[in-house]
Amino acid sequence: MSIVKTSQLSIGYAKGSNKTLVQSNLNLELLRGEMVCLIGPNGSGKTTLLRTLAGLQKPLKGNVLIQEKNITEFTQQEKALQIALVLTDKVQIENATVRDIVTLGQHPYTHWLGGLAPEGREKVHEAIRMVHLEHKTNHYLNELSDGERQRVMIAKALAQDTPLIFLDEPTAHLDLPNRVEIMLLLHRLAHKTGKGIILSTHELDLALQAADRIWLMSSTEGVICGVPEDLVIDGSFNRVFQSEAYYFNAANGNFSMNYPLNKQLSVSGDKTRLYWTLRALARAGYSVTADAETHIKISEKGWEINGKILLTIEDLLQELSTFPEI
Amino acid sequence: MEINRMKPRKTILFILLTVLLAVLFVADLSFGSIRIPFGEAMNVLFGASSDTINTEILLNFRLPKAITAILAGASLSVAGLMMQTLFRNPLAEPYILGVSSGASLGVALVMMASAVLPAVFISSGWGMILAAVIGAALVLLLVVGVSFKVQNSVSLLIVGIMFGTIASSLVGVLQYFSNPDAIKLFIMWNMGSLSAVTWEYLQILVPTILTGLLLAIILTKRLNGLLLGENYARGLGIPILQTRVLIVTATGILAGAITAFTGPIAFVGVAIPHIARGIFRTAKHQLLMPACVLLGASLILICDIISQIPTHTLPINTISALFGAPVIIWIILKRK
Repeated sequence: MSIVKTSQLSIGYAKGSNKTLVQSNLNLELLRGEMVCLIGPNGSGKTTLLRTLAGLQKPLKGNVLIQEKNITEFTQQEKALQIALVLTDKVQIENATVRDIVTLGQHPYTHWLGGLAPEGREKVHEAIRMVHLEHKTNHYLNELSDGERQRVMIAKALAQDTPLIFLDEPTAHLDLPNRVEIMLLLHRLAHKTGKGIILSTHELDLALQAADRIWLMSSTEGVICGVPEDLVIDGSFNRVFQSEAYYFNAANGNFSMNYPLNKQLSVSGDKTRLYWTLRALARAGYSVTADAETHIKISEKGWEINGKILLTIEDLLQELSTFPEI
Repeated sequence: MEINRMKPRKTILFILLTVLLAVLFVADLSFGSIRIPFGEAMNVLFGASSDTINTEILLNFRLPKAITAILAGASLSVAGLMMQTLFRNPLAEPYILGVSSGASLGVALVMMASAVLPAVFISSGWGMILAAVIGAALVLLLVVGVSFKVQNSVSLLIVGIMFGTIASSLVGVLQYFSNPDAIKLFIMWNMGSLSAVTWEYLQILVPTILTGLLLAIILTKRLNGLLLGENYARGLGIPILQTRVLIVTATGILAGAITAFTGPIAFVGVAIPHIARGIFRTAKHQLLMPACVLLGASLILICDIISQIPTHTLPINTISALFGAPVIIWIILKRK
């Protein structure tokens, strides 16, 4: 069942009569219990789309339907009962504890002075538990790491108890373990609680693994939707992220850099060592071809070149640099 | 947020602050050019004194002055708290952001254009209070209007200071064209004094300040949400524009009304909210607001007591600045 649906949606900014169109004619759909990753180069309109879906800005044309009701018909309060947000805005509050921030998620349900009902308090604890921060409940926000702060904001969104959560680049500025953890957490939440989750990200490899569906935004072809693997196989990723400097490597789901390769070598040897040797050689500007004159033989002992055995790749590169021209 | 499970430490703090305020209130009644002992002051208050001079001084001079001190401290501190949250800037307060200057302009217009206005309007006090509130709210509205365009809080602060400067300059222009009597009246007002407030004026001031405080209390929940920034607040269902207008109105009423009667009092608005946060270690407005009322009232009472020590009473503004300015330096050093 779809919770979010757009029809003929055009997004962008309107300043007076001056309109800047970012994307047009979008027909998107988000199902219950599904996690969608919004991916695209800078300027393709990820944040604009999220803001439009959340009702923070008006569509230029077309409709956004939340639970089959047009978003323009929701009041601010009603929207807060449908959609919880995690934004890139920096939250810097002196003297606020983790519980204080997460409790703010209950804002739409509290009475006029902000008092919580017992079940509201339970929701807050539950949200803190879900992001694994129970041991930091009474810690102040400025005592937490960046990853923990992001988890606090996610807990705040969970405490808002909405069928939808939108997150704008929740993994930005985090280290790899935290990025993986947050992606996994969101994936689990979508499946366990049946919430619909949309997040924008630049983490292509993580999105490919965690997303149920990808909305791939490009500046030229609109938004391409599909299961991640399908988009890899049909070459959509490669088209959207076209560049001279790198290419999308469909073999491993990563971007690889395009080095200018003007020197030639041939290499043979065991698989793992070969892989990393090739990478180092590419960076140093060597292309590997079978019929090149200079040959490197990789074995247990090391790297053999012109009868000389070198113990590390560093030594190998050093040795190669002394060669006049290959 | 949770209010019904307040930690015992905080309850004790509130009790201590209330006791402190009560002690300072009595001390303020007792100190002055003529010293009235505590016991005698109590006797007068409860109608048990036969000394007519003491009764006269206490009831018609010191009591309204002490009540004004409490009102001034409470309203300026709460106004400062709301502005710091609205602008997300630790240095925001009525005086710095030009709100007091706006109020001055309003008052100057009324005092110096008195030839044009009906006399009743001026002498009743309502004219002054209305002009000050409108002047204060006008400057605040301008600052809020600019805040839509200028997100950077330091730039916004500078814009506020500039608006304040413009208002002060306009006051200067007005003075140039006014008669000496009006100028003298205005300069006296501008030095800031708690003793100008009589029982008659209090009848206007008290309900006005209470209205402003009530509005502030109603806004506590939204102020908590605003701490996250406006986008998050919108996501929580808070109507931003309406909230901004309400905060500006409440601040205008609180800062404008008190400024109309006591003249500008500097730095209380910036210092007290920080002291309240430091003591209570919380960001919740439902705790900070009563804390600001108690601490602000106490601080102005202390300022008033100090200003009585020399033979000639000092302007309250100079004493409060001596307290507030170091706090601002401390905030900046702490933030690096």
